[in-house]
Amino acid sequence: MNSAKMLTVAGCLSALLAGWSTQAVQARDLTVVSWGGNYQDAQRKIYFEPFAKKSGKPVLEESWDGGIGVIAAKVKAGVPNWDVVQVEAEELALGCADGFYEKLDWSKVGGKDKFLPAAVDDCGVGAIVWSTALSYDANRLKQAPTSWADFWDVNKIPGKRGLRRGPKYALEFSLMADGVPPADVYKVLGTPEGVDRAFKKLDQLKPHIVWWESGAQPLQLLASGEVVMTAAYNGRISGINKTEGKNFKVVWPGSLYAIDSWVILKDSPNKDQAMDFIAFASMPENQVKLPEYIAYGLPNKEAATAVPAAMQKELPTAPENLSGSAPLNADFWVDNIEELNKRFNAWLAQ
Amino acid sequence: MSRASARETLGALLLIVPLLAFLAVFFLWPLWTMVTAAVVDDTVSRVLPRTAAAIVSWDGRDLPPPQVHEALVADLRQANDQQALGETVRRLNSAVSGFRTLLSRTTSSARDGADPKTIDLAAVDPRWKDPRYWLALKDAVPPYTDRNLLAAVDMKRDADGAVVSEAPGASANRLIMFRTFLIAAIVTAACAAIGLPYAMLAAAVTGWKRSALLLAVLVPLWTSLLVRTTAWFVLLQNEGLINGALQAIGFIDSPLPLIFNRLGVVIAMTHVLLPFMVLPIYSVLLSVPRNLMQAAASMGASPLRAFWRVLLPLSLPGLLSGSLLVFMVAIGYYITPALVGGANDQMISSVIAFYATGTANWGLAGALGVILLLVTTILYLIYGRLSKSPQLLGA
Repeated sequence: MNSAKMLTVAGCLSALLAGWSTQAVQARDLTVVSWGGNYQDAQRKIYFEPFAKKSGKPVLEESWDGGIGVIAAKVKAGVPNWDVVQVEAEELALGCADGFYEKLDWSKVGGKDKFLPAAVDDCGVGAIVWSTALSYDANRLKQAPTSWADFWDVNKIPGKRGLRRGPKYALEFSLMADGVPPADVYKVLGTPEGVDRAFKKLDQLKPHIVWWESGAQPLQLLASGEVVMTAAYNGRISGINKTEGKNFKVVWPGSLYAIDSWVILKDSPNKDQAMDFIAFASMPENQVKLPEYIAYGLPNKEAATAVPAAMQKELPTAPENLSGSAPLNADFWVDNIEELNKRFNAWLAQ
Repeated sequence: MSRASARETLGALLLIVPLLAFLAVFFLWPLWTMVTAAVVDDTVSRVLPRTAAAIVSWDGRDLPPPQVHEALVADLRQANDQQALGETVRRLNSAVSGFRTLLSRTTSSARDGADPKTIDLAAVDPRWKDPRYWLALKDAVPPYTDRNLLAAVDMKRDADGAVVSEAPGASANRLIMFRTFLIAAIVTAACAAIGLPYAMLAAAVTGWKRSALLLAVLVPLWTSLLVRTTAWFVLLQNEGLINGALQAIGFIDSPLPLIFNRLGVVIAMTHVLLPFMVLPIYSVLLSVPRNLMQAAASMGASPLRAFWRVLLPLSLPGLLSGSLLVFMVAIGYYITPALVGGANDQMISSVIAFYATGTANWGLAGALGVILLLVTTILYLIYGRLSKSPQLLGA
């Protein structure tokens, strides 16, 4: 091969490479990431597809299972390959403190006063209010459980129980079963004695627990009769009641609710479009369509009041559902998740 | 002559350049990153340089002198790189829970205050009166650390710097690591027990029977891991097909506990990994002359004896490489144990995943990875010794 030929080949190659890399950077459309399952199906219908139609550009979507490490890896790579992500409260607090998210333009979403105070953050706009609650199959259980104390009482209602694997939720519910009122759970859990107390109570139920990890599992466990009751996400419960005609019930007292938020990853190449998308998904006329598909509460106050009364009572934000429940304390978990997870694993392995 | 051979060597080397580049980029570099993440600990000295310089002179008793307080306030005022500061916070919070809220509160007061000298840290947050937090800061100053590696095997350094075991019930990495190898070993044994006869059968028959047998092994290999695991869920659960059938024929009264325990994990993993055992044995057996068994029989060996003395030794290389494959793949499993296992079947990969994706504690994730790699390498060396011994290979 003579040098002229080689140069040509090298030139072609580098042109190809350059073309490929710039294309990779420029051509990626707005990428929205959410939690999959029937929840994301609903979001696709009411947010993703209408927004793509309105903006005239396709919206790419992906699913994830949370974890600040995932966000950290994406942002530290330079140009993230996700733009808009729906995150849980801890990821919002952690990522905002660590500079993983863009600061939002609140004037575009209509101002902070249009939203529940807990749904307002420099880095995120609340997307839904969701609950983790005791649920059971009313067609199987003749005696309905009404509290976490019932959940712990294997003599009253025999059978296995499902809990999310990990200290989060398990420790709170365990304290409630031990008689701590929901409002005081984090006060107790904030002390070493409180943590010991929670683990001790958890000990009693240990042989009867089936641990689950993903949100779809508890539904499957209930449906197959593998467990008689389980902690589960309220929206998925009402979702499966609708789509598969189940008669699963949610016990609202003692449930823990939390807010998921939309964020934009730092240095996203589609930042403006991402902001437009969040604004679109936060408009009351769009948000109000969500409860038809899945029973999550709406952080936009105007949207929340516009939900038909029949659907209201299934939402975590309904006053009668809120009364016996408590908000998940994201700050507590941001500080303590690592230590408690270590202890939880050790406890589980005993 | 020697120049020609040198050129040939060079040519050969050039041919494997892509391979070397691939290995460097996709194997050596990630490994190196993992090892360095486990031991490098320079974030605090990078982000809080004045504090790092001032705190070294503190002897660790009582509380550090005021100049350390001032240095910390000055550092926090000037820490502009939010992501670097976040890394520091993550590092400190993993040493002492609560550092995150403590540091974010302190940072905002440090930035609001006019004069760094007037800020009283104990008034900003009473936790600054607790020496634990200052000790954690002091510990984080040296640029290299063994704390991640120690934590990965449930050890830590006490106040005097001596290596001690963590309190019982505080951490279970050792146990989980041991369990990971145990489950991998059980699955390997189960795969060998099923895979060897299966491969012999597949090698013995011909035509469509052989195709059908091989297809039965290959089809699961092409199916998603999640689908296969979920299928086992359907089969094994209390009201599943197996328990249902056994109860219907009156074999058992109450359902057998087949799922959410070790048995479920072993069954599901054995099924998923069986192809890695069957295929190597099968390919070895194909090269074994079929008349050897007849020859053995003609010399008076019973079928069992012929199998024991002729076929089994000849299939050992396949069995060994199959075992190695199955074992190595099994060590990394965590989706299957998570879905069909019980509380005591969690494997080490899920702990690594928790630190890597859950809390972005890449140091500890890397350290766990390093330990896992070390143990696996040792096992591999032992295996290499075994498989080279002449009796086994008949070489």
